[in-house]
Amino acid sequence: MSKVDLSVNIGPLKLRNPILLASGTVGYGNEISEFTDLNKLGGIITKSLSLRPRKGNPPQRIVETPAGMLNAIGLANVGVEVFLKEKIPFLKKYDVPLICNIAASTIEEYVECTKILTEEETIKAFEINVSCPNVREGGLQFGNDVSAVGKITAKVKAVTGKPVIIKLSPNVSYIADFARAVKENGGDAVSAINTLVGTSFNIFSRKPKIYNVNGGLSGPAIKPIALAKVLEISRNVDIPVIGSGGIMDWKDVVEFMIAGSSAIQLGTINFIDPSAPGKILEQLEEYCIKYNISKISDLTASYII
Amino acid sequence: MLIIKSPVEKTIELDHDIYLLKIRCPEIAGIIKPGEFLNIRVSESMYPLLRRPFSVCDVEGDDLCLMFNIFGEGTRMLSRKHKGDLIDILGPLGKGFNIEGDYDTAVIVGGGLGAAPFPYLTRRIGSRKNIFTFIGGKTHRDVITYGMKNVSTATDDGSKGFKGTVVELFKSRFSEFRGTKMKIFGCGPNAMLRSLKEFCIANDLECEVSTECVMACGFGICQGCPIESTEHPEKYFLVCKDGPVFNVNDVVL
Ligand SMILES: Cc1cc2nc3c(=O)[nH]c(=O)nc-3n(C[C@H](O)[C@H](O)[C@H](O)COP(=O)(O)OP(=O)(O)OC[C@H]3O[C@@H](n4cnc5c(N)ncnc54)[C@H](O)[C@@H]3O)c2cc1C
Ligand SMILES: Cc1cc2nc3c(=O)[nH]c(=O)nc-3n(C[C@H](O)[C@H](O)[C@H](O)COP(=O)(O)O)c2cc1C
Ligand code: FES
Repeated sequence: MSKVDLSVNIGPLKLRNPILLASGTVGYGNEISEFTDLNKLGGIITKSLSLRPRKGNPPQRIVETPAGMLNAIGLANVGVEVFLKEKIPFLKKYDVPLICNIAASTIEEYVECTKILTEEETIKAFEINVSCPNVREGGLQFGNDVSAVGKITAKVKAVTGKPVIIKLSPNVSYIADFARAVKENGGDAVSAINTLVGTSFNIFSRKPKIYNVNGGLSGPAIKPIALAKVLEISRNVDIPVIGSGGIMDWKDVVEFMIAGSSAIQLGTINFIDPSAPGKILEQLEEYCIKYNISKISDLTASYII
Repeated sequence: MLIIKSPVEKTIELDHDIYLLKIRCPEIAGIIKPGEFLNIRVSESMYPLLRRPFSVCDVEGDDLCLMFNIFGEGTRMLSRKHKGDLIDILGPLGKGFNIEGDYDTAVIVGGGLGAAPFPYLTRRIGSRKNIFTFIGGKTHRDVITYGMKNVSTATDDGSKGFKGTVVELFKSRFSEFRGTKMKIFGCGPNAMLRSLKEFCIANDLECEVSTECVMACGFGICQGCPIESTEHPEKYFLVCKDGPVFNVNDVVL
């Protein structure tokens, strides 16, 4: 028995600890399982799934930037059907809450995907991606529109009894307005933040380094922005927040929880050190023991401002 | 796949800005195959943030050798590592060259630093097959022949060996290999691989090439490294996982 109660609640979703692996940064779990014991994690969030397979953008998809990276993967994924047939069997072997992330081009597609996936008992919750900056249709088009986010929340909730988390875009003026729309339409939680729109040029060819021109910025460079967005939601809307954006170590986890997160997601760090999730979890527990924190959930929104 | 911090044995400047780094890493040295690669974290800080991919250049006992040129900040930092410094290695990664098979002559074609995987390939093929190596570059400075056998060189400016591209050199010498069962191993810039592919298809030659793509993870979780597949245009291969070595017919270069 751990001396510290690491468990957290995200609305109705109970997790054994606050460490989740972020969508698009762990594929469907199999590669990273060689480095991190998935059974120890709070949960794992799949790469965004769409109704049909998506090929994604041509290369170059990635460029490193100061303390961060831009990506324009273009939601490459196997599609719902192949996911259920070929990817779920591996994930079933683990006792780790599986959260399915869904991306779509139309509200109907979000609903359709959720309807199909909700039948699969291994899936414990949904994270709805309304904030991908890298595809022309869908994604940000919804993420920038408060009423669309509200509508998607309500329609997805209507077809599943499982918790629904809406993943919000930071590329908006007032993120709290979006969190409020999620809450008012029955959403269970929000994830904040997805990547920020960014770009990068080759100064000799004068061409963008990324084929898609723009990409999503992630990594330590976005941490202060992510913290500010989490705090904004926490101070204005009564809804659980899953924090993400540039978390590299256990101290960042604590900081995100203090700023208002109930749980957090590890993204870019998985590329650099795929064994980090396990290590961060251990160090988080040591921190709690050292500072007499008996319940880690007490950290959530414990800011003194 | 392992993540290991291993000590530098030696850093050697082979030529201007071209380095050979020997790292004592028996865990990976014992299992890695030619054409496979390592993803290296050059600094513990956030700069550079991502790992840098390098082919295994050679294996000498317990030592892994990397060959690289100074390209940007990551490779500059790597060139400054000294004996005893620990290098954070993720590997072995990817699918390498298939050196088995029904051929009696291995023809190696490398452009610039594309020669990096070939010393180890040469070592592992050993004396079981004939080996002929063609290495090209823009000028004599870009032609690296370290660790290779039976080497002929080409330079664009004629400053060393044949004047022209390395594929043109191979073509000019092709008649020497008629009648032997050949397998071609290629690595280098995309333009070079494309012309090598054309030639191999025209002459019905078996050919494997090692490709490159900017990578974040190096082991299949980020989807950052697509390469077009000839047979399945509806999806991409991943260079880091399905490659970096492909049969030349399987990918669009
Ligand atoms: C499978 C594979 C094997 C490789 N093997 C070798 C080798 O044996 N020897 C060698 O000298 N080089 C090799 N490269 C290229 C090498 O990875 C780059 O030269 C290196 O990443 C440059 O880093 P930098 O920080 O110096 O340059 P920067 O320009 O500062 O790097 C910026 C970003 O671009 C990426 N990048 C830059 N050039 C390349 C490239 N050609 N391919 C992929 N990513 C790139 C970097 O990884 C980094 O993310 C290989 C690349 C791949 C994909
Ligand atoms: C390569 C890459 C791919 C991503 N793919 C997705 C995706 O498919 N769906 C999604 O909701 N978020 C995706 N994200 C965003 C991450 O889940 C995360 O929200 C973001 O990267 C910020 O966290 P980080 O700074 O810890 O990486 C992706 C991020 C990266 C770097
Ligand atoms: S580099 Fe991440 S999938 Fe290939």
